[in-house]
Amino acid sequence: MTDKSLQHEKLEDLGALVLNSLEDGIVKAKAIRLGELTLEVESESIVVVLKFLRDDQNCRFKQLIDICGIDFPDEDPRFEVVYNLLSLVHNTRIRLKVRTNSDNPVPSATSVFSSASWWEREVWDMFGVTFSNHPDLRRLLTDYGFEGHPLRKDFPLTGHVELRYDQKTSRVSYEPVQLQQEYRNFDFLSPWEGMTGLISDTTQNDGSKEPAKKSKS
Amino acid sequence: MAESKIKNFNLNFGPQHPAAHGVLRLVLEMDGEVVERADPHIGLLHRGTEKLIENKSYLQAVPYFDRLDYSSPQNQEHAFALAVEKLLDIVPPPRAKSIRILYAEIGRLLNHLMNICAFAMDVGAMTPMLWGFEHREILMEFCERASGARMHMSYFRPGGVSIDLPEDLTDDIYNWSETFDPLCDDIENLLTENRIFKQRTVDIGTVSAEQAFDWCFTGCNLRASGIAWDLRKAQPYDGYENFDFQVPVGKNGDCYDRYLVRTLEMRESNKIIKQAINNMPEGPIKTVNHKISPPSRSDMKNSMEALIHHFKLYTEGFHVPAGETYTAVEAPKGEFGVYLVSDGTNKPYRCKIRAPGFAHLQATEMMSKGHMLADLVANVGSIDIVFGEIDR
Repeated sequence: MTDKSLQHEKLEDLGALVLNSLEDGIVKAKAIRLGELTLEVESESIVVVLKFLRDDQNCRFKQLIDICGIDFPDEDPRFEVVYNLLSLVHNTRIRLKVRTNSDNPVPSATSVFSSASWWEREVWDMFGVTFSNHPDLRRLLTDYGFEGHPLRKDFPLTGHVELRYDQKTSRVSYEPVQLQQEYRNFDFLSPWEGMTGLISDTTQNDGSKEPAKKSKS
Repeated sequence: MAESKIKNFNLNFGPQHPAAHGVLRLVLEMDGEVVERADPHIGLLHRGTEKLIENKSYLQAVPYFDRLDYSSPQNQEHAFALAVEKLLDIVPPPRAKSIRILYAEIGRLLNHLMNICAFAMDVGAMTPMLWGFEHREILMEFCERASGARMHMSYFRPGGVSIDLPEDLTDDIYNWSETFDPLCDDIENLLTENRIFKQRTVDIGTVSAEQAFDWCFTGCNLRASGIAWDLRKAQPYDGYENFDFQVPVGKNGDCYDRYLVRTLEMRESNKIIKQAINNMPEGPIKTVNHKISPPSRSDMKNSMEALIHHFKLYTEGFHVPAGETYTAVEAPKGEFGVYLVSDGTNKPYRCKIRAPGFAHLQATEMMSKGHMLADLVANVGSIDIVFGEIDR
């Protein structure tokens, strides 16, 4: 058996173990892609799941490597919060996903992992996802008095205000952004055949390519 | 005499302070000279890297990774290149892998030289800084000769490296690596058994293994707490499994152990550099799939196909199949990970950068509570933070 299929089997077993050990309905979906195990979890139960993963003998995911937010503006609920965990004992990684919108807070993981505090503050800052029972949910990376959540897809790349030091008043002043030139955003999803698929052999002309998506404009 | 009440007072440490390692603003609550509470205010160097990457093609994202942890840019590029390669399902040729390992280890030396010497300066030793930076300069010249840029190389591209190494470069690196162990000896002679250095670092900022897990320490800081864990050994990438090197592990998890782990790791990196040069395979340095890596200049002059590939690559870029991956490398500061979500277009849908320093800085309060103000400086210096990667 190859290393890859062994690894796959290991992840299968781990996924099945988590599914069977937790109450029904907590883990909504399980997937293994590219050799990485992903579980979709009910947002109210995230603390239970994290605790189980940390303490169970066959899991021992003692490190909360990262919490990451993703914005899908067209979907409901809009935000995805992704937890990446690492188990040093078993040398495995696992990924948990939770869906939420800006009105529904996700229970904070700070009671299970101390390191969750800043990761959650960052997600709040960047996406406006709130976390209940977080001891100190302040903004983390943006400016003091910043408004908006910059990593949302509807937040402009340039932001809303620009800041400079004003010599006359001897203080920092905020002004609305004025662009000398519009941001150049080229549309590559044209109806003409672009590089939609990957061709392993460059000399061969692949006729089986699926047609590219139609241009939005 | 009536007993007078002593009030704690707040102290602003940084953001303009040489011991703040960049733009760290710490709001400290002091009881006399003892730190009661430390609240790091970060984000003064926040440039919205993740947002910018979402608006650029995959190839244009590479230089942003240089500008995260600017003391070891190569290792960040490495993580991104590996993540994109995983989604594209391509494997770079063996020579590219070896060159990457060579430069990743040069990056590690760049980082550790800077950290050890700056840390020594934080606690009062001036000389290592001067010696270390002399060698950093030589290393950056090697980077310049390979890529044209001293620091921000953008050399590791998805599919390989951008150009082949010039002639004689590996010989020069090898000759230099022979002079590196004596430098380590010199620095260690000055610091390791130095009375003042030990007074400032031993038993300062002790982190137990449990605390290290709880606060998600990785890399040298985790190893200093006695956990033998190195991604180069545990989850090897780009052929690290073929190299012979040791992973130094500390015992007590204090500032002194963190320093020791780094000094020993430099010697191991030097060993890897020598092995990489001795066993450098011949062959192409990037994948031959010209949908991903650009064709050579001479091809472009002679082949229409190559010209079209070049044009498409540098305007549209390549499309990455939909999917997601978390790929991590052992960067000198710890586990540097890229969580990349692709929706099948030429731009990443989401690119989350997992910076090791972010988790380490978060633990400042845990490490410094009850210590003196000067010990807090030692703590901040020993966990090896750079604000480019923390603020992103």
